[in-house]
Amino acid sequence: MTSRIGLAFSGAGRPLLVACLVAGDPDERTSLDLMKEAENCGADIIELVMPHSDPVADGPVMQKAMQRALSAGTTPDTLFSQIRNFRSVSKTPLLVLTYANIVVQRGIATFYREAAEAGADGIAIADVPLEESDPFCVAARNEGIDPVLFISQTTSRERLERIVAGAGGFLYLVAVLGVTGAREQIDPRVIGHIRAVKAASALPVVPGFGIGTAGQVRELVRAGADGVIVGSAIVREIERTLEDPFAMREAVGGKVREMASALR
Amino acid sequence: MTDPSRFGVYGGRFVPETLMAALEELERGFRTIVPGKKFQEEMKYYLHEYAGRRTPLTFCRNVSRDFGCRVYLKREDLLHSGAHKLNNALGQALLAKFMGKHRLIAETGAGQHGVATAIAGAVLGMQVDVFMGEEDIRRQKLNVSRMKMLGARVVPVSSGSRTLKDAINEALRDWVTNVATTHYLIGSVVGPHPFPTMVRDFQTVIGNETRDQVMEKEGRLPDAIVACVGGGSNAIGIFTPFLGEDTRLFGAEAGGEGPEGRHGATLCRGRPGILHGTYTYLIQDAFGQILESHSISAGLDYPGVGPEHSYLRDSGRVSYHPVTDREALDAFLYLSRSEGIIPALESAHAVSLAEKVATGLQKDDVLVINLSGRGDKDVSQVSSMVGDLL
Repeated sequence: MTSRIGLAFSGAGRPLLVACLVAGDPDERTSLDLMKEAENCGADIIELVMPHSDPVADGPVMQKAMQRALSAGTTPDTLFSQIRNFRSVSKTPLLVLTYANIVVQRGIATFYREAAEAGADGIAIADVPLEESDPFCVAARNEGIDPVLFISQTTSRERLERIVAGAGGFLYLVAVLGVTGAREQIDPRVIGHIRAVKAASALPVVPGFGIGTAGQVRELVRAGADGVIVGSAIVREIERTLEDPFAMREAVGGKVREMASALR
Repeated sequence: MTDPSRFGVYGGRFVPETLMAALEELERGFRTIVPGKKFQEEMKYYLHEYAGRRTPLTFCRNVSRDFGCRVYLKREDLLHSGAHKLNNALGQALLAKFMGKHRLIAETGAGQHGVATAIAGAVLGMQVDVFMGEEDIRRQKLNVSRMKMLGARVVPVSSGSRTLKDAINEALRDWVTNVATTHYLIGSVVGPHPFPTMVRDFQTVIGNETRDQVMEKEGRLPDAIVACVGGGSNAIGIFTPFLGEDTRLFGAEAGGEGPEGRHGATLCRGRPGILHGTYTYLIQDAFGQILESHSISAGLDYPGVGPEHSYLRDSGRVSYHPVTDREALDAFLYLSRSEGIIPALESAHAVSLAEKVATGLQKDDVLVINLSGRGDKDVSQVSSMVGDLL
């Protein structure tokens, strides 16, 4: 059975926009509204982050967003309730991104079951490389969840093949050597890297990390990307408009629209 | 075949994919370069000629009288830099140099590991950037000055709780970014494989010397060894050669404010989980968010612990006990006045636990305390706390 994420890529006939938000940032209700706003403004897939106190793969913008969400009391219960509420009004594919300890403390099987029941379609875990991925991928397959795995410029050819064999949904191509956060420029090595990974994989290849402008999105699509993941550039709009919920919605929607227009 | 990245169920490599190549490269270097003759000769030079090994094993007449058994101190406080941290810093820096890296990064809490890395970088001609929480920079001015004096750059960390845990996060983020040129010189037996194994191996010199020295002095192995455990590198270092023997092993954790208060007693009061690349006991909430630890001693103020300690805890081979801030402070003053040795506040935890362990020993039993560092760095803090009593 092809997953909702798989169908989105095969059915769209164009590269997809994965728009990333942190669950509970700045609170559950606003975060849910922002998911709907992102969807209305052209997000093809929503990536919802379950915040962690120590997110080592994330830069300052996402760190602050996670702190806001945790201060607002966000837990996996919040995450699943937000997903359920979104799913009750939307068929847009939804990817959960989090860190290993959040899943392990819930119980790996429990976390994947709850995520599936709430309506999530994929789960990516920032600090679980191939070597540690078995129990997570098994739980994902049991629940019909796509196990989204990461590829980096430092990933060897041999590892790439094993990652492709284990992954589901799409390959999350880390487009920078570094942490999340919009950059001025696309790393020129990413262009060749996308081509190489596409040649090795039947799964869609979607770069994320460091992407924040329409120009960058077009550049990545020209290189063959099947979509782009935009996180910090969107979340930064939340940080910028914390005092004004109406402006926040506008700002997040505007950023998503800008990214989406580059894909159409 | 057992998984070399694990200690029982603990350990592993929970890191972003970008770091996996670096960990694999490091493991290859560790397996092939470190056992080689050239590396071993260089390491011997730096440990013996430069750092001042072997460190004494001092028989303490006054403490022995007070504790009612034969008490020895393993004097890592007399190692160059003033703490055991230098054993590991020299080993990893030398390995990084052999591997062609020219930049070292490190995290530090109290500043001891930062100083050790700055020393290793200076003597080996490598650039050093040390990540240190803003809160710790404020608390540990002396070591910040030492690092700068030694030519290292101290990078303030303003994220999270602004302490050691956040300094490790920031060092990992830097490493992800500069992985080709940079070695992350982690300061304890924590982090992803191969760090816990590698740091243990570089610190095992403490236990190997202790074993020889006790045999020379007593003609037999010790009955008990006590060491403090934050991340746990000095403890693993002295325990390792005795794991297969009958010697009883004790780890002193940061009991902090006591049973009801804040603490750093990860093994005594925590629960297994994943932090900084490894599966180990942690201080965390029900949902897996890491909580802030507390200890009078910055070196024990960490919400995780080395994964091998988690294994040794569960297997029962090592017995871990909390020592409160107050007890550590008493032991700090006691050792200073009874033996004329000012211990690091970290090591004072071991002295305090040793006093309790000694109550179960006979007059001729041999007890070794790992005095992991000297207390100069703590003198101003302790004076401000007990000034009136002095």
